[in-house]
Amino acid sequence: MTSLGKKYIMAVTGLILVGFVIGHMLGNLQMFLHPDWMNAYAYKLQNLPYGLLWIVRLGLLAAVVAHIVTAVLLVLENKRARPQGYSVNATLQASFASKTMRYTGLILIAFIVFHILHFTVRATHADVTAAYYALTPIAGVATMHGSADMAGKLVPDVFSMVAVGFSAQFWYVSVFYIIAMALLFLHLSHGISSMFQSLGLRNKTWRLRLDRAALIIAIALFIGFASIPAVSLLGLLPYQEMVNTGVTVPTALTQP
Amino acid sequence: MSAKTLNLTLRVWRQKKPEAAGQFVTYKIDKISPDSSFLEMMDLLNEQLIEQGDEPVAFDHDCREGICGMCSMTINGVPHGKNRLQTTCQLHMRSFSDGDTITIEPFRAKPFPVMRDLVVDRTPLDSIIQSGGYITQRVGSAEDANAVPISKTIADKAMDAAACIGCGACVAVCPNASAMLFTSAKMSQLNMLPQGKPEKDRRALHMVQAMDDNGFGNCTNIGECEAACPVGISLDFIAMMNRDYAVAKVKKIFSGAA
Repeated sequence: MTSLGKKYIMAVTGLILVGFVIGHMLGNLQMFLHPDWMNAYAYKLQNLPYGLLWIVRLGLLAAVVAHIVTAVLLVLENKRARPQGYSVNATLQASFASKTMRYTGLILIAFIVFHILHFTVRATHADVTAAYYALTPIAGVATMHGSADMAGKLVPDVFSMVAVGFSAQFWYVSVFYIIAMALLFLHLSHGISSMFQSLGLRNKTWRLRLDRAALIIAIALFIGFASIPAVSLLGLLPYQEMVNTGVTVPTALTQP
Repeated sequence: MSAKTLNLTLRVWRQKKPEAAGQFVTYKIDKISPDSSFLEMMDLLNEQLIEQGDEPVAFDHDCREGICGMCSMTINGVPHGKNRLQTTCQLHMRSFSDGDTITIEPFRAKPFPVMRDLVVDRTPLDSIIQSGGYITQRVGSAEDANAVPISKTIADKAMDAAACIGCGACVAVCPNASAMLFTSAKMSQLNMLPQGKPEKDRRALHMVQAMDDNGFGNCTNIGECEAACPVGISLDFIAMMNRDYAVAKVKKIFSGAA
């Protein structure tokens, strides 16, 4: 595949992943609302018709894998193109973020793996697993997920799972999440504008606008994502009193 | 002429032939006029070396007025030195201070092997041009230049791309040794004009292929090339190339012709 073909793959998969990340952040922000919001939302996602959940998951996995494999190929080719470096290295104007894409990307892979084990597979902390499986009834608060009609229905307590996962006893988890989100900020502050250049949809005027838009989106994503572990760590969620802590693990349910 | 002169320490890359191992050699050079150009300073260094019975430093140069694209050298980590919009021959010693140590290296890239000292072989850039950086025109039947109307905007933009002197500084400054700024300028100067339109798609496909075949790296859109370019070729042309190539590729997939 040509150099430009690889750049197109980076741009298109990057666009898919940025789209996902924006949606994911908006979904996560429901942690600041009544637990019914998060729990009904999670229930709805888990029970999407036509196996849509797995279609989306596999699509995202394909995008991540393509993004990473192509990045590795590009980095190897780039290294081959300059076998002997300079004894004096100078940077004229390139941003820190643009020069560290491979490193921020690499740490983000580690974060994604941990994040899936933490909250999707729930294999890292027994308390997180317990909070999830200690089913909770939907209170019947009106949300956009139709929870008013679900009142009394027992659903996994995703709200408590997240609050417990980020609570003070697991402070190092929250710190890791916040650092990872700072790296995501760096990665996207270059990436969101760069993808338009790779697809040939940028000129001098639009470069400035897209650079600014990328910075704003990256900052919004950092604040949106990092606020959840930060606030949970401090125990300051608006519905903190509804967090179900200290549940015992039902043995039959620890193995999903 | 200013009375003040510069005493400098030069760390120069010395390499006898392509396959030989090179190393930095340090030279002292005194009483350099701030009004002399960088290449004149190199000439003085060589006179000094010849007087001492040493081999002079080989470096590329030709017009010495920033037009030919022949001079190269990476000066303190920056091709053509730190001043913007200048070639090495246009760089003057007033840009340096007395007592400075200046590190002078050849342009570094796999496709640019060092021939001797600071001279590198930039033939791969020619092979990119040969793959599509031309228009086909029957000899002796050239139309009158004004017969084909071209808008001022397009003409200006094509002229901006055509300003490329093919020196290879974009390759040298790029952390990936990518030749995308050069290739895109040489491609866009023709793709934008009516005379270049008939071969636009084929040009895009062939020039990108030639660029890859020569072993240049990939673009990471960081913009160092634009900043180092002595004639200010814009990153816009790389975007234009990315677009032209994508369109040509799609057309080729669905029509088979290019």
